[in-house]
Amino acid sequence: MNPLERYEPLVDDAAAFRAACDRPLPSVVRVNGIAASPARVREAFDEEGVAYEPVEWHDGLFRLPDGNPGGNWPYVHGWTHGQEEVSVLPGLALDPQPGERVWDACAAPGSKTTQIADAMDDDGTVVANDNNLGRLSALRHNAERLGVTNAIVTNQDARNFSTKPLAFDEFDRALVDAPCSCEGTCRKNPDVVDQWTLDHVHGVAGIQKGILARAVQATRPGGTVVYSTCTFAPEENEAVLDHVLANEDCEIVDVDLPLDTVPGVTEWDGETFDDSVTRAHRIYPHHNDTGGFFCAKLRVGGEENTEVGA
Amino acid sequence: MTDANPTNDGQRFARLPETPADREVEGRASRREVLDWWHERFGIDPSVFEGYSFWEKGAGKVWIFNGEATDPSEVEAIGMTFLRTRQEHWKPTGRAVSRFGAHARTNVIELDPAQASRFAAGEDQDLPEWDGDWGYLIATHEIAGGQAPIGVGLYLYDELRSVVPKGSRADLPVVE
Repeated sequence: MNPLERYEPLVDDAAAFRAACDRPLPSVVRVNGIAASPARVREAFDEEGVAYEPVEWHDGLFRLPDGNPGGNWPYVHGWTHGQEEVSVLPGLALDPQPGERVWDACAAPGSKTTQIADAMDDDGTVVANDNNLGRLSALRHNAERLGVTNAIVTNQDARNFSTKPLAFDEFDRALVDAPCSCEGTCRKNPDVVDQWTLDHVHGVAGIQKGILARAVQATRPGGTVVYSTCTFAPEENEAVLDHVLANEDCEIVDVDLPLDTVPGVTEWDGETFDDSVTRAHRIYPHHNDTGGFFCAKLRVGGEENTEVGA
Repeated sequence: MTDANPTNDGQRFARLPETPADREVEGRASRREVLDWWHERFGIDPSVFEGYSFWEKGAGKVWIFNGEATDPSEVEAIGMTFLRTRQEHWKPTGRAVSRFGAHARTNVIELDPAQASRFAAGEDQDLPEWDGDWGYLIATHEIAGGQAPIGVGLYLYDELRSVVPKGSRADLPVVE
C-alpha cells in the first residue's frame, strides 16, 4: 500500500496533498553565516551567473532552479550548504544562543548541527552525536567544510547517551531530529514510499521514545528540547510526545514557525493523545510547496537557573 | 596527566601544553609554538586565536576548538583539523586556511580567475612571477568584493602545486 493514502484523512485537501508529494523539490542552499552573509552569497551567485530565487520566509535560504548546489564558488568556500527548506525549522525552534551547551542527538549528516553552530556564532559547545559511524564521517566533512569549530562529535546510542566524555553533564538545549519513516522526503527520494512498512513505524517509534526521553533527562531544568521528524505517522510524532509527556518532567510549549502549519492530532487509529500535542506543528507539502515535516518544542520541568553555563 | 613518561595516545584528544617548558609528551607542539608558527608564516595575529584551544590526536594532527571539553577527551572529533605537526615543515589544513586565512598578511598568493579555477580543480601550475617564500602558501581569489582563501598551495621551483584534497576538488567556472 502507498503509505501516503493512510494520511489522507488528516489533511484538508487529499488531492492537493498527493499531487504535491509527486512533484520534485528544488535544490535549496542555506547560507553559512560563519563564513558569509546572504548579501555576499547573492553577489557571488550574480558574478558567477548562478540562478537563484529567494525563499520568502528566510533570508538565508536560496532555491537553485538549475540544481547542482555544490558546483559553484560559494559552495567551495563553505559559504553555503545544501539543505531542504523545511529542515531548517527545528533549528529555528531550538533557537540556540552563543555560549550555550547544545546536544544534537541524531546529528548526521550535519545540516542541523552546522545550522546550530551558525546560530551560536560558533561559540559555546554543540555535541553532535550519531550512532552510525559511517554517517558520522559525512557529518565531520560538512562541519569542517563550513568552518565549524565549536562541535564535539560523539558516536553513541542516543537512547543511553553518556555525558561522561564531556566537560559538563547537562545541556541547555537538545535537538532530537529522529530517525523515522521519512515519507516527508518523498519529493526528493520517492523510494521511501516503496520501502515503507507498518512494522518499521512501530519499531522506530520505540527508538524515538527512548531518544526523546534521554534528551529530556540530559537537559537542564527550564531548558529546551525540540523533537522533529520527516514523517506524517502519528505513531512517530504525537504518540512519541504523548509517551514522553507521561514519563518525563516536561511540557510542550507554543512556538511560532514561519510557515503555514497545522496542529498535531489528538487521535489516531483508536489512540488518543495529550491535548498539548496540538502545540506541535505538522507541515504538509501542499501548504508551502515543501517537504513534509513535524516539529514540537518542549520545556524541561523544574526550577530554571538563569546563570549562563550554570 | 600523571604518567612518569607520558606518550602520545592516538585514540584520544589531548590539549596542547601552553609553552615548550610545559611539554610532558615528547614531540607534542605547544600552543605558543602553534600561534608563533601562524604568525611567522602567515602574519596572523595570535589574538585571532585567543578564545580557541588546541588539541592533538594521532601523530601530529592538531585540532582547533572553541568550546568546552575534558582533557583528555575520548570522542570522535573536537572542533576542526587545523595543522599537521611532527614533521619538518608544518602544514596547515585547507579547512583552517578557509576558516582563518582571511587574517593572513604574508605568504598569500592572489590568483587570477583562470588560475583560481585550475587551483580548485587540483591542478599544478607554473607561476614564476611569485617572488615570495617557497613552501606552503594560502591561495586566494577575488569574489564578491574581496579576496577569499581557496586552499593550501605548495610553492616549489616556480610552480604552485594545489594540495586541495581529492574529495574537495571542483570544476568551477572562470569568473572574470
